[in-house]
Amino acid sequence: MPLVYYLGLSAFMFTIGILAVVLRRNPLVVFMGLELMFNAANLAFVAFAAFHKVLDGEIFVFFVITTAAAEVAIGLALIVAIFRAKHSIDLDQMSQLKG
Amino acid sequence: MSLGTLIVFAVLGLVVAGSAVGMLLSRNAIYSALFLVINFIAVGVLYLVLGAPFISFAQVAVYAGSIMVLFVFVIMLLGAEQFPVHEPLRGQRWLGLLAGGLFLIESAAFLYLRTSAPKWAAEIGFGFESPAVVGRMIIEKYLLPFEITGFLLLIAVVGAIFLARLETPMVGKGRQGQLGERKE
Repeated sequence: MPLVYYLGLSAFMFTIGILAVVLRRNPLVVFMGLELMFNAANLAFVAFAAFHKVLDGEIFVFFVITTAAAEVAIGLALIVAIFRAKHSIDLDQMSQLKG
Repeated sequence: MSLGTLIVFAVLGLVVAGSAVGMLLSRNAIYSALFLVINFIAVGVLYLVLGAPFISFAQVAVYAGSIMVLFVFVIMLLGAEQFPVHEPLRGQRWLGLLAGGLFLIESAAFLYLRTSAPKWAAEIGFGFESPAVVGRMIIEKYLLPFEITGFLLLIAVVGAIFLARLETPMVGKGRQGQLGERKE
């Protein structure tokens, strides 16, 4: 398989993730877009690791997965906290930083 | 290049791309989450094709398993499946689509115009990146990042509990005075 196929698929996934972050107003879907971008980067990492026959890329993917798990835990807790405070999680209504 | 690998990649690539678009377009957040599960599992199979079984299983267990369970749980907890459709920001959608299209064109131009042409990735095969080798490498070469990641996870879990906990009324002037009163 040419490496460029995997990179193309990764770029497509990353673009869809960007579109989900930019277009959707549901913060949970925005988060899913973030996960999709993480996944696209991981795919590029693993493709390069398999192509160059070095394992370090895969180790890095392992760390990225762990960090993404931590990020999701914090992010979802933040969403729940915001929902408790404002009774809404519409992104367009979060336009003020006042407490 | 064997034809079998190409067919496997084509099918998996179609599933990955289609489920990503489905995640973007579906109105219901639950459907988005389920599309994302399909996407993660398909990418995990792609990792297997690339000869990375450890990462593949970590992907399925962590992403498609726990992270998506967390997502579905929060969606159902908040009742955030759907929003009423009204658009406070005019033209945001078209600007976003334009920016995404620009990014896609840019990355395609990068893939096809850069100087060093990539050759061929690995065929389907096991043994090179077996979980034993990956685990040994994590422990031997990347021990410090490994420990730091564990510490990061601990901090994240404690922080998530702190952020999402219910405010329990405490007797006396405990931390309620510090945090300020919050009406339920």
